[in-house]
Amino acid sequence: MSLWSRHAIFEKNSIVLVIGILIVIAIGGLVEIVPLFYLKNTIEKVDGVRPYTPLELAGRNIYVREGCYLCHSQMIRPLRDEVERYGHYSLAAESMYDKPFQWGSKRTGPDLARIGGKYSDEWHRDHLKAPRSVVPGSVMPDYSWLAETNLDFARMADDLKAQALLGVPYTAEMIANAAADVVTQSTTDSPDAVDMAKRYPKLNARDFDGNPARITEADALIAYLQMLGTQVDFKLYDDKANIR
Amino acid sequence: MTIGEGGSALALVALALLSIVIAAKAYTPEYAFHAYLFSAAGVAAVFAIINRYYERPVEAPPLTIDGKPNYNMGPVKFSAVAAVFWGIAGFTVGLVIALQLAFPVLNFDLPWTTFGRLRPLHTSAVIFAFGGNVLIATSLYVVQRTCRARLAGDIAPWFVVLGYNFFIVIAGTGYLLGITQSKEYAEPEWYADLFLTIVWVVYFLVYLGTIMRRTEPHIYVANWFYLAFILTIAVLHLGNNAAVPISLFSPKSYIVWSGVQDAMVQWWYGHNAVGFFLTAGFLGIMYYFIPKRCDRPVYSYRLSIIHFWSLIFLYIWAGPHHLHYTALPDWAQTLGMTFSVMLWMPSWGGMINGIMTLSGAWDKLRTDPVLRMMVVSVAFYGMSTFEGPMMSVKIVNSLSHYTDWTIGHVHSGALGWVGYISFGALYCLIPWLWNRPLYSLKLVNWHFWISTIGIVLYISAMWVSGILQGLMWRAYTGLGFLEYSFVETVEAMHPFYVIRAMGGGLFLAGALLMAFNLWKTVNATVSEAPADLKLAPAE
Repeated sequence: MSLWSRHAIFEKNSIVLVIGILIVIAIGGLVEIVPLFYLKNTIEKVDGVRPYTPLELAGRNIYVREGCYLCHSQMIRPLRDEVERYGHYSLAAESMYDKPFQWGSKRTGPDLARIGGKYSDEWHRDHLKAPRSVVPGSVMPDYSWLAETNLDFARMADDLKAQALLGVPYTAEMIANAAADVVTQSTTDSPDAVDMAKRYPKLNARDFDGNPARITEADALIAYLQMLGTQVDFKLYDDKANIR
Repeated sequence: MTIGEGGSALALVALALLSIVIAAKAYTPEYAFHAYLFSAAGVAAVFAIINRYYERPVEAPPLTIDGKPNYNMGPVKFSAVAAVFWGIAGFTVGLVIALQLAFPVLNFDLPWTTFGRLRPLHTSAVIFAFGGNVLIATSLYVVQRTCRARLAGDIAPWFVVLGYNFFIVIAGTGYLLGITQSKEYAEPEWYADLFLTIVWVVYFLVYLGTIMRRTEPHIYVANWFYLAFILTIAVLHLGNNAAVPISLFSPKSYIVWSGVQDAMVQWWYGHNAVGFFLTAGFLGIMYYFIPKRCDRPVYSYRLSIIHFWSLIFLYIWAGPHHLHYTALPDWAQTLGMTFSVMLWMPSWGGMINGIMTLSGAWDKLRTDPVLRMMVVSVAFYGMSTFEGPMMSVKIVNSLSHYTDWTIGHVHSGALGWVGYISFGALYCLIPWLWNRPLYSLKLVNWHFWISTIGIVLYISAMWVSGILQGLMWRAYTGLGFLEYSFVETVEAMHPFYVIRAMGGGLFLAGALLMAFNLWKTVNATVSEAPADLKLAPAE
């Protein structure tokens, strides 16, 4: 009996065909995905990466809601021009609490992995409101309504709880203070900022949107943008220690 | 009332009641709107089931009439019409977002019309709404014909087509309202994903049940591809969308995976949405409609065996080529690149099998624009499955990644391969389903040439803009400084974005011709002797 005629078992028996397909498609995915969860060198050992503050997480959720990743990557490749344009190449550790990851696949606009601290809050406000007022050649849409929309943060504890369930190290204290921390971080010179900075090191706490009367979506989004890529101190980071 | 009718009605009543509770307690008005849509759809479906119960004959429809299979083509017709509708909608949104990139004022400063919200609407409308309905329509047609058996299930096939299109409505309106998990090509949130899972499992059971009813000893090759598509999409969908909602009353969820692992899972899903949704499924179309249309057997049975198993085995590995030079470990990137290059061979195996099926019937390319459309589609498949492996080579990818070259590559596959094989299948299927001749072959010819010019404009504009932008990003001055600021590279894209929009406009114009042609076909008054039966003079 030739090898070809043996194939008839798949052609004459639908369940055998289904099982055959399942086995064949399972292999590649298992080999490529499963080791990423147990190989220790998948995520570099670095100091400084902490979970997002409630305000930053709310900002990140706005970034996710608006589909910013469709035009902005958050992944600097270790290529000379990218490192010179954007800064140190991105580490896996820097997005280890990102649900979902927002590395992106297209740069209609520039990479944002290290946008934090590069521009003032005021620049971000103007840029979000009317991008061409600060970058005349930009093709970015206006996001003027962000500064006019109050941030819905009363239930931020639910968000932190869901993330904690999935392994993000949010403590009970962080969850209990979630909504209060949003207020603290978006207020300039809040007395609670010192206490909050103990929970979230390298905390930027100020009125991001220039409107102290309200906590808006622009507050949250700018707080998120201003912390992007700033957690790891690359003066202290040892590239050689994490060669993979 | 049958158990199926009663059970479905009860489940739908439960869904409608649950949705009303959720709507009342929803955290956001957008989510409440979706809950109301779910309850309205549930109530409407219950009424439809009860209505049908009073109208239908007491006996279930016979499986055969006079020894011939009693095919169930109602759901196929619905899906075929839905495909045309969603195609036009998806191409239109694509044209709008192409124009937005050239003229940003078209974002209108409104939340729901920004590029970021419309882009997923475009990709989902063309891939899942247009492509998905073409796949459902053709697969449910082909499986009945090649198995010589009536579709399994009574209400189930209707639940599949109506449920799938309801999912599309939920997903699409969700994007506009800002409900998205921002995972590329897997944007719908958890509740839409759950609903789709149910629809998809029923689709699989209907498909498999029909194969099990077959009166032919062998399962035809097109069905292997459809089956691989249905099964693998189910696995990918479940793996990539694993998420925990923050509450039953919130549309927001967080993905189980994070960072680098989420990236790998996402592109395992994303690339195989291409590999199984846009390739394996459409190869199923190719294996039925091309042999049927040119009245020749498939070129090589052995080639179809080899290329089927190697294609589905190799495709799954190719995901990491979307993550070259990222923080994904190098071993995974190298595996992804290696398997992507190998994938070239089974892809071309499929192309050869499709094109060579015309052996002895090449003359039909001159006279039958429908067949020409399908053959050109396979040629585009060959071209983009060469370009893909090339772009997955790391050194090429370092230039092409993040640029419009990727967009151009996707569209040579999407417009050329998926678009044309779908149009060809619809031009065959709709006359067959309604049992009347196609209104005008001349219009098909116009459709073919207008959209071919559109595709050529589109992909060449994207090649130039992609490679240009990639080179500009890495250009250095003689003194060793980066030569261009980022925004200078954005400004340089403008003329190509205008040309791309023109290409997209032509493609849309072609599709409108098709919609008109098919509309006239369905609504034609059937005469006893169709006009096109008269002999054509030799050319």
